[in-house]
Amino acid sequence: MKPFLEVKNLTVSFPTEDGLVRASNDVSFTVARGETLAVVGESGSGKSVTSLAVMGLHSRRSANISGQAILHLPTGPMDTISATPEAVRKLRGKSMAMIFQDPMSALHPYYSIGDQIAEAWALYNKGSKADGIRRATEMLELVGIPEPGKRVREFPHQFSGGMRQRVMIAMALVNNPSLLIADEPTTALDVTVQSQILKLLKDMQKEFNMAVILITHDLGVVAEVADRVCVMYAGKIVEQAEINDIYYKPDHPYTIGLLNSIPRVDQLEGRRLQAIPGQPPSLISLPKGCAFRSRCSFSEQVPDNRCATEVPDLNEKLEGHFSRCHLTETQLTRARSLAGSK
Amino acid sequence: MSQPVLKLEGLKKHFESTSGGIFNKKKGVVKAVDGVDLEIFPGETVGLVGESGSGKTTVGRTVLKLYEPTEGKIIFEGNDITGLTRKQMKPLRSQMQMIFQDPFASLNPRQTVGALIGATFEIQKITPPGGVEAEIARLMERVGLNPEHVNRYPHEFSGGQRQRIGVARAIALKPKLIVADEPVSALDVSIQAQVVNLLDDLQQEFNLSYLFVAHDLSVVQHISDKVIVMYLGKVMEQANKIDLFRSPRHPYTKALLSAVPVPDPIKGRARERIILEGDLPSPMNPPAGCVFNTRCWKVQDKCRIEVPELLQIAPGQSLACHFPEPAVPAI
Amino acid sequence: MLKYLARRLAATLMVITLVSMSVFLIFDVLPMDPARLTCGKGCSPAVIEANRHRLGLDVPVQVQYGRFVKGLFVDRQYGDGAAAFSCPAPAFGYSFNRHECVTTLIADALPVTFSLAIGAFFLWLLIGISLGVIAAKRQGKWQDKASTAFVLFGISLPTFISGILILLMALKFRLIDPIEMGRWVSPFESPIGWAKNFIFPWLTLALAFAATYTRFTRSNVLETSSEDYIRTARAKGLSEKVVLRKHILRAALAPILTIAGLDFAGLLGGAIITENIFNLPGLGRLSIRAVLNDYDLPVIVATTLLAATFVVVMNLLVDIAYAYIDPRVRVA
Repeated sequence: MKPFLEVKNLTVSFPTEDGLVRASNDVSFTVARGETLAVVGESGSGKSVTSLAVMGLHSRRSANISGQAILHLPTGPMDTISATPEAVRKLRGKSMAMIFQDPMSALHPYYSIGDQIAEAWALYNKGSKADGIRRATEMLELVGIPEPGKRVREFPHQFSGGMRQRVMIAMALVNNPSLLIADEPTTALDVTVQSQILKLLKDMQKEFNMAVILITHDLGVVAEVADRVCVMYAGKIVEQAEINDIYYKPDHPYTIGLLNSIPRVDQLEGRRLQAIPGQPPSLISLPKGCAFRSRCSFSEQVPDNRCATEVPDLNEKLEGHFSRCHLTETQLTRARSLAGSK
Repeated sequence: MSQPVLKLEGLKKHFESTSGGIFNKKKGVVKAVDGVDLEIFPGETVGLVGESGSGKTTVGRTVLKLYEPTEGKIIFEGNDITGLTRKQMKPLRSQMQMIFQDPFASLNPRQTVGALIGATFEIQKITPPGGVEAEIARLMERVGLNPEHVNRYPHEFSGGQRQRIGVARAIALKPKLIVADEPVSALDVSIQAQVVNLLDDLQQEFNLSYLFVAHDLSVVQHISDKVIVMYLGKVMEQANKIDLFRSPRHPYTKALLSAVPVPDPIKGRARERIILEGDLPSPMNPPAGCVFNTRCWKVQDKCRIEVPELLQIAPGQSLACHFPEPAVPAI
Repeated sequence: MLKYLARRLAATLMVITLVSMSVFLIFDVLPMDPARLTCGKGCSPAVIEANRHRLGLDVPVQVQYGRFVKGLFVDRQYGDGAAAFSCPAPAFGYSFNRHECVTTLIADALPVTFSLAIGAFFLWLLIGISLGVIAAKRQGKWQDKASTAFVLFGISLPTFISGILILLMALKFRLIDPIEMGRWVSPFESPIGWAKNFIFPWLTLALAFAATYTRFTRSNVLETSSEDYIRTARAKGLSEKVVLRKHILRAALAPILTIAGLDFAGLLGGAIITENIFNLPGLGRLSIRAVLNDYDLPVIVATTLLAATFVVVMNLLVDIAYAYIDPRVRVA
């Protein structure tokens, strides 16, 4: 599959009074049309920072960005990191779109739903205001909002959280983008509404043949919808693989730890959760060597104290399965079985 | 069987909503909690689940009398505390404590950790054996904080550590009951497990009872012995954890469980999925009949007219539904 | 919406009534006797009593209030017999010191004060909002620092100093004719003459307000810029210009409307210091003269009431405008 987006060595840092915050560090991944890539990580892992950089939504004054994010457009490849702000702006909404975590605050409170969607449509289409509203109504219908003709004139505060997220999706898709970045799209929603929205995203992906990047901390949501997964920790990708490999053959101690630390509604036997001890390092003073070392229970098995001195590379240990760890495959197999993972 | 630590009988909490402005006209009544019965025995955890607007948080707060109940009884260790005044409640406060969702918002930013934990002794005028300072150090150690950090302020701690401070404060007076309101939902995945395990350990050690209020069914399933499922202020189903999760009888419980994503791609995608239509109706204007009828996939005419009563269908299992799902026999 | 309007209107009328009653009560209990002040030291008690009767102060305060309210709607008679005279409705009273119906005095002063207020209002909004927006958009740059300096200068300088400084400068550079200064020129007859007359008082008033508005605009724009919905607007692909004009400013300026309305209403009651410095015969001068020189009670009552009414009415207008801008308010 030819990728639509190719992110190469993307690094984003923010200079602050306390020092340089290395929010995202040497991140590379690809995603093709029709494919869903999940970027998983905890807060501060760099998952949102990376996607905002792809969208060109960081202020160039406050962020230092290097690397590439190449969109393979019909007109030829284009790097959104090195392109001018104006050129990137003209890609937003049309070639790449984004929806956000909190649909409560992501819509302008003073404008009607129809106005906000029509505004996005009018950017890339010629037509009257009435045409825009008509198009907005169609989009509302498409994303499953009842009585779209009436609701198109209403304001965000008149919608529930789930309905607002549908509106956000309608607005993001109004110009038929090739890439949709969904940043924690269901985190603020109730679980019954979450499953509606996840289904809607899947349907829309098929309808528009989009590449989807799903940013989330929820390994349950990832398991439902993703084709491939990047696991991020302290600004770096620590593991990247096909969905089943991540869940059934995790290769990085952090991924193994995460999977064992979450309670599961489908497992009724009262097992004790295997918590990962400690907490993520500060992004201002990252430790030498592997950022996960202080929380890793296997680092003593690596000879010569390499975990403390040498940052592991993201190695392709099996085809399509990358992991940033010094442990050998035999040691990892033992780690997996020790941790009780399947 | 011993007597329950906490017993609720037909607990109701209604809020009157007003239009605001100088005339302050009464607009309506929100039945946030509309009849909840429960019993929590020593060393037991009762999980209270539901979506936003279900009233689960209000139950937790009413139990601690942070809200005055509208109707019903709150019985703590055999004593009816429903009508007690604030002053009369004070000695009982050491027996029942609360852990909040947002550990940062619930800790005074200008007080050191030591002062925050120590304040609980001061308020109750209790001097623990060995002195307050030694006890604070012991508590900090117990919840996994470094006692040397006693003079630090809340903002110097991470989210998980702040929740540990909240836990230390809650257990300081050796309470019988802790109401935990979404205690781990603001925490990162890898930190959640640490706090859940801590709560588990403390329960073992002190024979604590928890009323665990949360929207995350996976966490509730893990920590609870009994589970109550609420919807729009009403109890839909109430059962032992194993029964409820293995064989949910209420259509809402079943839909809720099927909506919880499972971190297992093959199993998760193969599961039967019930996707509920629409959103929760407004609690100001709940549907007639069964409150769940607008979203229920088994709805019949009867459901729109007649309110199903919460009936006991088996020991320890009650259900409010006209057309329940068949019980899945245990394997 | 109509129900809401009717309710708000009723409440506004109630407030105005309450305010007017309190004004009467306050002046009734003050240890000043207007009748005593009408004639000199050697005044006989009989003359004082006669004057008290002519002033209408010989009846209980509630009757005085009743007559006042009635006078707002029908012509009001003063005195009796041959000495009787009347003020046409709406009559706010009769000033014995000035031998004029108070309504006439106010009608003369109001255009002056209104001209002063409206010009200053637009000037300070223009300066304050533009400086605030520039400062926010260039946060930390020299433009921001310069505007901070302006804010500090404008806030710390009292009007009576800035006004005199501006007046002296204008006189020195012969921008004002000291003889013509303060003469009322109707904007309908000579718009330029009117503006020339008011430009320096406008500057004086606007300087103080513009500083506050610059600070307020800057912080509102910065706060709104970090809202999630602004990020959404950028993610749609809108240009920075549209994001600022349509999305940021609409939300950032809405709260400014509230204070701007009230500040404007406050000025309509009279800008005492500015009017005095520039010799403008507005409401501020009218009331300060009534208080300091003659204790001219009917004028004091009328101007106080008028000032309060402006504020209350403007408050209502602002709320209505706010409901128009912010749909969330509309439903309530």
